[in-house]
Parts: sequence; C-alpha cells; structure tokens
Amino acid sequence: MTATATPATARGSVTAGDARPSALRALARHRRHLIGAGAALGLVLGSVLLGGGSWPAALAVDLSGPLERASDWIVDNRDGHPLFLYFLGHVSNLVVVSVRAVYLLLLALGWAGVTAAAGLVAWRVAGVRLALTSLAAFAVCGLLGMWVPTMQTLALMVVAVFASVLLGGFLGLVAGLSDRMHRVLRPVLDTMQVLPAFAYLLPVVLVFGIGVPAAVLATVVYAAPPMARLTALGLRGADAGVVEAATSLGATGRQRLLTARLPLARKELLLGVNQSIMMALGMAVIASVIGAGGLGDRVYQALASVDVGAALAAGVPIVLLAVVLDRVTAAAGERIGAAEAGRSRLGWAVAAAVTAAVAVGGRLADRLSWPDGWTVDIAEPVNRAVDWMTAHLYSGVPVIGGTADWAGHFTTWVLNPLRHGLQWLPWWAVLLAVGALALLIGTWRTAATAVLAMAAIGVLGVWDPALDTLSQVLAAVAVTLLLGVGLGVAAARSSRLGRALRPVLDVFQTMPQFVYLIPVVALFGVGRAPAVAAAVVYALPAVVRITAQGVRAVNPAALESSRSLGATGRQQLLQVQLPLARPALLLAVNQGVVLVLAVVVIGGLVGGGALGYDAVFGLAQGDLATGLVAGAAIVCLGLMLDRVTQPTHRRDLAGKGA
Amino acid sequence: MARTRLAALAATATAATVALTALTGCGAADMTRQASPYADAKGSRTVTLSVQSWVGAQANVAVAQYLLEHELGYRVDTVQIDEVPAWDALSQGRVDAILEDWGHPDQEKRYVEDKATIKPGGELGVTGHIGWFVPTYFAEQHPDVTDWKNLNKYANDFRTAESGGKGQLMDGSPSYVTNDKALVKNLGLDYQVVFAGSEAAQITQIKQFAKEKKPFLTYWYKPQWLFEKVPMTEVKLPEHQEGCDADTEKVACAYPHTPLRKFLNARFADGGGDAAAFLKKFRWTTEMQNDVSLMIAEEKLAPQEAAARWVKENEATWRTWLPS
Repeated sequence: MTATATPATARGSVTAGDARPSALRALARHRRHLIGAGAALGLVLGSVLLGGGSWPAALAVDLSGPLERASDWIVDNRDGHPLFLYFLGHVSNLVVVSVRAVYLLLLALGWAGVTAAAGLVAWRVAGVRLALTSLAAFAVCGLLGMWVPTMQTLALMVVAVFASVLLGGFLGLVAGLSDRMHRVLRPVLDTMQVLPAFAYLLPVVLVFGIGVPAAVLATVVYAAPPMARLTALGLRGADAGVVEAATSLGATGRQRLLTARLPLARKELLLGVNQSIMMALGMAVIASVIGAGGLGDRVYQALASVDVGAALAAGVPIVLLAVVLDRVTAAAGERIGAAEAGRSRLGWAVAAAVTAAVAVGGRLADRLSWPDGWTVDIAEPVNRAVDWMTAHLYSGVPVIGGTADWAGHFTTWVLNPLRHGLQWLPWWAVLLAVGALALLIGTWRTAATAVLAMAAIGVLGVWDPALDTLSQVLAAVAVTLLLGVGLGVAAARSSRLGRALRPVLDVFQTMPQFVYLIPVVALFGVGRAPAVAAAVVYALPAVVRITAQGVRAVNPAALESSRSLGATGRQQLLQVQLPLARPALLLAVNQGVVLVLAVVVIGGLVGGGALGYDAVFGLAQGDLATGLVAGAAIVCLGLMLDRVTQPTHRRDLAGKGA
Repeated sequence: MARTRLAALAATATAATVALTALTGCGAADMTRQASPYADAKGSRTVTLSVQSWVGAQANVAVAQYLLEHELGYRVDTVQIDEVPAWDALSQGRVDAILEDWGHPDQEKRYVEDKATIKPGGELGVTGHIGWFVPTYFAEQHPDVTDWKNLNKYANDFRTAESGGKGQLMDGSPSYVTNDKALVKNLGLDYQVVFAGSEAAQITQIKQFAKEKKPFLTYWYKPQWLFEKVPMTEVKLPEHQEGCDADTEKVACAYPHTPLRKFLNARFADGGGDAAAFLKKFRWTTEMQNDVSLMIAEEKLAPQEAAARWVKENEATWRTWLPS
C-alpha cells in the first residue's frame, strides 16, 4: 500500500510545486525522501518484530460491559434521578413547549397566512423573483398533500435553527475573542462536523427518549458548528484599522465588540445562519428515525411499504424548503447594508399588515387547513417510472449488461479485492501507511491525529468491520471523483451545462438520502454496491461544484497567455487550468471523503454491512454497546480520512511564500 | 485573566440553568409524561400510536386510526419507531400504544413488572412466525430443498457477489429478532448471512429475484402481504421446543409461533377513556390484516384509504370493538 501510494502522491505534488519558491520545493522533496525512508524502515522492522495479521486482541478494550451498565443506569434513573428531574427534564420540556408554540402559530396563520408571509418576507429580503419562488414552493407543499407535515418540520426547524444560532454564536463569540478558547474549540468543532449524525442519535435518545426533544438536540449538535466557525472567523477577520480607530476613540471592549467588530462580521454571521439552516434541514429526515415526526417521518413510513412515489412526495417539500431558505438567507447576506432604513421599515410594515389580513381572511373563510381537494398525486406516476426503470435496466440490456451485472462485477472486481487487501495488511502497516500519507500532505500533528484515530478503531475492537467500511468509502470516493471532476470541468468550460446542472445538483444535495434507498436496491440489488451508489449520488454535487468553481476561478491572464502561446483547449486544461485549480481539487477530494462517510449508515440500510449496519443495529435494538462503538469508529475513520486529505498547514505555507 | 473568564462561563451556565428551570415552571420535570408537541393541536383529544416498519403494523395502525377518528372523534398521531425504542417511548408516554409486539421478554420484565409504566393490552388475534423461505417456483423444481439437511447441496444456486463462495441467506432489518448467524454455524451450513439492512431493501430484492425467477433463500415472516405476490415455501428447520433458543449462541432450532400482543402506556390504559377501551378490544385475524396490508403495499393506497375500504366491508367485526 505504501509502496504504490507514495509515488502517486509525489507526482501530484511535483506539478504544483513549480509555483513555489525553490527553497520550499527543496525542503518538500527532502521531506518526501525522509518519509519514504522512514516508511520502508518501519515496514522491515514491523515485519520482523510484530508479525502480520489484524489488530491483536490484547490491545483491544471491550467496552460492552460498562456501556451496557451505563445505558441500564440511565433507563432506571430517568424517572427519579435529580439530574433528570431538575435539568434534562426541563430542557426536554422547554423544547416541546417552544416547538409547540411555533407549530400552533403556523396553524393559526393557516395555509394562506403562512404562504403569504413566506412570499412577503422573501420579497422584502430578496426581491420579487424569490418571492414568487417562495409562494410557489409553499403552494407545492400543499398540493402534494403535505401541508401539516411541512408545518411540523418547519416548527422543528425554526426551534432547532434558533438554538443552533444561539449556541454556535456563543461559542463563536468566545473563540473569536480569546485565542486560547479558539485553540480549545477548534478540534471540538472539527469532530462535531465529521461526526455522522447517526453516531450520536443513540445517546440522545437514551437520555431524552424518542421524539421531538431528542431530534431537536441532535439537530443542534449537527447545525451549530458552522455558525460557531463563521462567527469566530468574522470576529477574527474584522478590519484591524477600524478596531484600532474605535480603540483610539476610547471605546471599551464591549463597545468595540458591539459597534465595530460584530457589525463588521455581519456577512459571516449571516452565512453562518444560512449554513445552520441547511445542516438542520439535512437532519430532518435522519431525525425521523428517532420519532421527530413531520416530513421525515412521511418519507420513512413510505419506505416501509416500498413506495418510492410517496417518499418522493414527502421529500420534495424538504428540497423546496431548503432551496427557499438558502436563497433567501443568501440574498439577505448580499444585500446587507444596502437597504435604506426608512423605506425598509415601511416595507416590513406593509408585509406584516398583508400577512395579518390574509391570515384573518383565511380564518373568517374557515379555510385554515389546506383544502383536501387541492392535491395532486405524484406517487403513482413516479412508482410507474421506477418500475419501468428497474424492469428494463436491472438485467439483460444488450451489450452493456444490466445494472445488476455491473453491481456484481463492481463487487467482485473492485470491492472484494479492496476489502481483502486492506484486511490482509498487517495492522501496523496500515498505521504506518496512514501516518506516511498524512505526513506527505500535512504536518506532524495531522499525521499523529490520523494514526491515533486509526489506532483507536483497533482498541475499540472493530478493526475488521472498519476496514470493510473503509474499502467501501475508498471505492465510492474514487467513483465520485471520476464522475465529479469530469462533470465539474465540463460545467466550468460550458456555462450552459453549468446552468443546466445547477437545479439537478440542488435536488441531489438536499433530497433526503432515504429516498434513494429503494431505487438503488432496485437497480443494484442488496449489498455493498448499492451502498456505494447511494454515497456517490450524495457526494457528487459538492465535488462537481467545487471543481467547477476552482477551474473557473483560474486567473484569466494565465489562460490568455497560454492561448497566445498556441496551446490547444486540451493543453490549456491539463497544463494550466487543472494545476492552478489544485487547491480546489484537493478540497473536492476532502469534501468527497467526508460526505461519502456521512452516508455510510444509509449503506447499512441497503446491505452495506460493516460499521453502518452496526450503527443502525444499535439504534434499532437500543444496544448502546454495538451502536456507540460503531459510531465512534465511524468518527475515527472520518477524522483519519479528513486529516489524510486536508493539506491545511502546507497550503498556508505555500500561500505565504508566493 | 483566564480564571475570571472561566468563572464567568460557569456563572453563565448556572444562570442559564436557573433561567431554564424558572421558564419551565419550578420543581421537578416528569420524564414519564412527555407528550408530543403536535398532540392535541386544535383542542381535540389525541392518541399517539407507534408504527413499526413492516406493513402489517401499518395496517393495524391504519384501521385503529380510522375508527378512532371517525367513530370515536379522536385525532391520531402516528410515529414510526423500531421495536425496542418503541417500548421506551411507551414507558415515557410519548406513545400511547404498540399494537403488534413480537415478544420482548427483557423489555416486558423491565417496564411491565419492575417499573409498571406499561400494561399489557391483550392479544391482537394474529399469530406470527419467523422462518427461512425459498420461492415456491424453486421449491417445485427441487422439492428436497425444503429440508435444512439438503441446503448445503443448493449453496451454489443461492450464491451472489456479496456472499463470497458460499450460499446467501438474506436477512432483513436489524430491528428484527434473528438467530440466523448462530443457526448457520450450529447447523453446519455452507451459507453466509447477508443483512439487507432494512425491510424495504429486502422486499425490493426479493421482488427483483422473483421477476427473474432466480433462486434465493431468505429470512421472512408470517403474516406478510408479500406471500400473495411472491409465493414462498418454508424450509424446515429442526423443530422448535420450549427453551431451545434460550442460549443465543447455541440455538439450533426453528423459530416459535408467537401470538402477537398489544401493550399500552399504563397511565393511558387507566385514564385513556374510550380510546384505551377500544384499543384493548381491537382484535382481528391474519386474513383481515393481510387484506389491508396488500391494499397499502401493492395497490399503493394511502393507509387511511385502505382502512376506509376495509371498515366499509367489515362492519360486523369492528362494531364489537367499540366501547358500549
């Protein structure tokens, strides 16, 4: 593994190294040799001293006893222990009361009131076009017969996003003002972000029980980190000159914060809110597994009767909510400071008045709930389309073979050898390879984190299933990059394709992953191949977007000069655009890895086995020992892969040098 | 400097806790009274039912929901939860009833006997049975496949890319009761258990196999609507005897026949009025359940439409469930 990986990575760095100053380049080359020599020495020593095989049992710790006792303790004391009676119980009640308040308000506004309010807010914040989009989006939610579940999800989202923004903003404030807290918080936020949501559903459920409080809290854990990060970023990035000026005018620390630093960070704060909303919506369906109700529950229930059409009917409102909220908050971020105060206040007053009028009108007309007759059934045609697809593509397609054959070949020729190879490698060789890779691309510290994370998996006693999962992740990332970079480059070179792709990518990115569950099985059968397919679909949009943006952002002067030297389009792409877009491509790899890993659990639901299945099993059986250990192992895998593919430090270095 | 900041943080945390307590009313919060925020939304009485992921459970809930809403004037919320967490939710009052339980002795001991937060609600009238099944078209061609002793002979027919060199025994959702891994080992079978991971995935795969008339071996259970679409024949395992599955490592016998039972939240069972009385009396047959299940899963009727249709045709049955 080390022997094949090293030269490949080395070649990659040489092309980009050209832009760097010679001293750095020399250092980098030297360093690679050092790492190569170290790895070779380690291989020889390891094979002599340690022997082969998977993780030794003597180095593993069995946590199932203590974890089972912990879970029993919680269940037995939940109704009587002061911790629950005086703290957690109140947290739970507060969440229920807040969600209920928002839900009742939405119901009281009625469908007309809510739709009008959405359209007017979008109009005030983002203009007429988005207002029309919002109106249409909410109308479609009603038309699909999903009004009440949409309102339930919206109520839950409002509370969860509000809490995330408060918590994330507070953490970001602390990290933005204090260097020490920034250092302490960074790894915490890192971990929160690579954590697959399923990993912490189980402990949250154990403490709060199934239902809305657990769902809201799990969502907050997931959605708060981007807010915290962006708040800290905004505060730290505030123009030093302005802050200096405020200080010289005698402003106190608090005044500086309120009058200079926070207003200067407005853009980042709003982007943070936007990101929190998107993350929270991503959790809407996963949270349904623990009884959150709403749209996610509809998707999940539809799947029980293998009804893709009904699942889609509940998934579409989630996509629409995401698109509307994303565009409106993004527009708010762009417009910030541009609006004139006087006129805007008048506009808001008009908006509020119209909303109230519509809501009262709806109430007087006794039309609060969406009329039963006004619904469109999309389930049936969708199901017919899915049936047709699976009937005609599954097998027996002339020449290219059916999807089932592809899946079989992919499993036999790619997944099996990869899994076999990884599990066959001695454990210390895996650690060595991870360390060497991380060193090649990052720093000593990232290498140490990666190796420790991998070792933790062994200590947890899930070495073999973790390598099984790793083999699936690697295969999925490879396919994603192959497709994603190709599509991204094409989209960057043709703006028409770029425009056509955008809505498709939007849908793929926000459509609840559960909806894919049946189509991938219908096309690829049960097993690891459909798990890989689901992961590719989920991770593809981000990779396409990042690649396209990176290629498009390449300095036009460099392109122009290469064209004047007579380079063909192909030469331009290979020798100018792609090398210059290298940071973006690396980011695409990193995001691809993280996103693929986020779908591992979905893989567990379609026969992927390994850690994903264990995580699902733990949740389904209330088995903390299996579920939590699998979740922790997924987190460790995520940390390791993130570190191995994240060249943060050295990119900074190169940036400074250039 | 650092210490004052820490102290400030601690003070903030304490203040937050105090504020939280004040906001939600002083004193103890009762974790056994945790209703859904969506319940009783328009001043109506609400019953919350748990739905498990198989269609039979959906059918029970659909009919109960229809009658509760149309005959007794309740509003019904449904929540989809896996079996074990459903017990937990039942004890906390987040859910009022489980209508179809396949036997969970550990949970029963903890919640019914020890904590008394859950009460038995009587039998559903349906008997459940788990087993191994092969498609009938394959069993007709190879009649001896229906005895476990001959399974090794057919391992090659059941092989897939996922099962390596062995035959594939397909298992379903992780929430289901299964001894299959132990069974394969203890019966000396040349098979690999492949977990589909969810019932939706398993059904989709079975239908796909059946469309091509391919042989397969699967964990499956009765009553189940899929038998109407894909006829399957059970493979005989060594006969089930009382307690032969007590040790999950050593089990080498078939699954039992389980009369499915209902369970109610204890507070709801005593104070739930007409709804509780109705749910206790709710009792129907396997055929009736299958009728409704098929309408939901195959005709793709919304559960409420399927229930409405069944209710229209079976008035004599459900009249007896209503509280007099």
